[in-house]
Amino acid sequence: MQPIEPIEVQRRLDMLAGEPLYIHLETTNGAYASHRDSSFFSAGTFFRNAQLTFLHGKITGDGPFRIGFETELGWLYAEGLTDWTVDSEERLLMAGHDQEGKLAIALEFSRKPFPK
Amino acid sequence: MNEQVLVVFPHPDDEAFGVAGTILAHTQEGIPVTYVCLTLGDMGRNLGSPPFANRETLSDIRKTELDEACRQLGISDLRRFGIRDKMVEFTDQDVLAERIFDVIEDVNPSLVITFYPGYAVHPDHDAAGFAAVNAVKKLPKGERPTVYALAFKEGCEEVLGEPDVVRDVRPFAEQKLKVIEAHQSQTSGMIESMRNQLLGLEEDVKSHLTFERFWTYPVDEDD
Ligand SMILES: [Zn+2]
Repeated sequence: MQPIEPIEVQRRLDMLAGEPLYIHLETTNGAYASHRDSSFFSAGTFFRNAQLTFLHGKITGDGPFRIGFETELGWLYAEGLTDWTVDSEERLLMAGHDQEGKLAIALEFSRKPFPK
Repeated sequence: MNEQVLVVFPHPDDEAFGVAGTILAHTQEGIPVTYVCLTLGDMGRNLGSPPFANRETLSDIRKTELDEACRQLGISDLRRFGIRDKMVEFTDQDVLAERIFDVIEDVNPSLVITFYPGYAVHPDHDAAGFAAVNAVKKLPKGERPTVYALAFKEGCEEVLGEPDVVRDVRPFAEQKLKVIEAHQSQTSGMIESMRNQLLGLEEDVKSHLTFERFWTYPVDEDD
């Protein structure tokens, strides 16, 4: 992955509007966060292969970046994004890495389902 | 009974930290070890330091890493169950225990090594331990293999007592480090400090580089 280049990402987001996409969205503190520091409240989530069609999407911020997508019925939002790539299967993969390089958030779009 | 070890863990690298020395002690005596690894570790937060993996490439990278770790460990029978990382507790628990039982029937282990259910911190670890114990309990009493269970939850010793099996793995410390090192995406930032630690920790019973500690799970007790 490379550091997010917002103009380039925006161009990709524009290409994804209007067609059904498979989405992987995830936030994580890691399963050991509360084990190492009992005062740490750990929360996280992921879903994989939810399908949505976006009306439009936008990337904002100076980095880490925010992304918001509007759908017919609602929204998708993510913050803390730092890196991105388009892989060999033309999937748009974005992630937020913390100071240690560990994954904090992932937001990915694909025209085909991600492997389960 | 011929000696045979069956290791059941959820994540590629679980075998490295807690039990690599014990595995090496067995394989170097020619005792076969079968490793059932339930997930591909595909939801790990560590992507290398600096990151060289992403969420979608991590599973293939960790497959290669685990192959190398098994080569270092002398494990030739690796069986990946392919459950998504973090989802072990949510898969069908009866089916999972049945799949592990099939392996037990296949290799007829004298010793099973897994996590101590309820005392292994990560929900996947606890679920792996539960499933392994439940699989062992499908055998009639008296025919069940010994189960070494790994616990590291805060305060586990107050409930379980001191571990009854403490294995000196100092002869394998260097090789154990190599196994840990094989899991590059997970450990690349920590190998140097562990190597230095090893020099200072020769006598430290609590360091997993020098001693590996297990609780024999009471497999013949009724639930
Ligand atoms: Zn683990």
